Amino acid sequence: MKANYGYLDGSGEFFITIDTDLCIECTDHGCVDACPLGLFEIIVDDYDDDVAAIKEEHRKKLKYDCAPCKPVSDRPPLPCVEACAPGAVTHSW
Amino acid sequence: MSENTAEFWRWKEYNWHDETVDPRDGEIISAGVDVGSVSSQAVVMIDGKLYAYSNMRTGSDSPDSARKAMNWALENTGLALDDIHYTVGTGYGRVNVPFADRAITEIACHARGGNLMYGPTVRTILDMGGQDCKAIHCDERGKVTNLLMNDKCAAGTGRGMEVFADLLAVSIEEVGDLSLDVEEEPPPVSSTCVVFAKSEASSLLREGWSKKRVLAAYCSAMAHRVVSLLDRIGMEKDFAITGGIAKNKGVVTRLERELKLTSMKSEYDTQIAGAIGAALFARALVEKQRKKVAK
Repeated sequence: MKANYGYLDGSGEFFITIDTDLCIECTDHGCVDACPLGLFEIIVDDYDDDVAAIKEEHRKKLKYDCAPCKPVSDRPPLPCVEACAPGAVTHSW
Repeated sequence: MSENTAEFWRWKEYNWHDETVDPRDGEIISAGVDVGSVSSQAVVMIDGKLYAYSNMRTGSDSPDSARKAMNWALENTGLALDDIHYTVGTGYGRVNVPFADRAITEIACHARGGNLMYGPTVRTILDMGGQDCKAIHCDERGKVTNLLMNDKCAAGTGRGMEVFADLLAVSIEEVGDLSLDVEEEPPPVSSTCVVFAKSEASSLLREGWSKKRVLAAYCSAMAHRVVSLLDRIGMEKDFAITGGIAKNKGVVTRLERELKLTSMKSEYDTQIAGAIGAALFARALVEKQRKKVAK
């Protein structure tokens, strides 16, 4: 399942997508520790699988919460994307 | 001086049960309670078949709304809450259903409910609820494969439509038909924010636009707004719409026009999709428990 966390408003689309089919294979969950703001958590989803998710309190302000990792120029690789071994995490912006 | 106290946003609440069925004949009585931001539904199923349901407005107290919805669904059925083997709570207030055995997100429940209501071929479900809009992609078993929810603002939601019904003093249940009664389709109003759309509508009324034309412009804006959500998850036939807005012909027709697709129709009430899904989950969980005990 591709779980899209985020929103779309007048300023654009801001979604972090977690492919839970890839995520359930991972035991390391590097994304949780890699995010400097602690946006990620491991939850038991509706199908009883342990998967990563974006914490509720961050879902409506991703544009701002992720901004420190997304400088306008010389953007380094995103820590959450880099730490995700199965490649389950993607950003829409 | 008289004051106009009419509540144009207020939609009809109702309950139903199948009088031809004796619920005591069933093996598993399961229930789903969907406590949404605007409306609450309770569904009772006997062995996976719809037996009774209610649909009412959510009050300020979620546990109370859940209790009222369930009591109303059970009214005149001869069943009591204790007769139900398993109850799943869903919707915004899912964790506030005091008698629920488990809470499951409305996304999973809408996919499962949509699978029963529209059949296993349904792949894209658009749930246009009171306070959010969800685009769900599911497989032939009703399992979610892709989901996207927009709940940051009221644009493209039922609450937004209620605001417009009140502004234009038009009953919410007539909005769809009236919006289609225009000679020429007007350009849509702002689709990014209900407050902007409302002030734009006020200006258009002052310019001499008819109520029907303003409604057409708002229904069009709503349709346009949700198309972008569907585009993101990858639109696939067969496509169905659930939630209260599915009953608004003005939005549905314009959405179908923009997507160049006809949405699937169902004999079930589109507003109870989430509660149906919850009741189906409840039944599956009872079966799982019984299998465990038998081992």
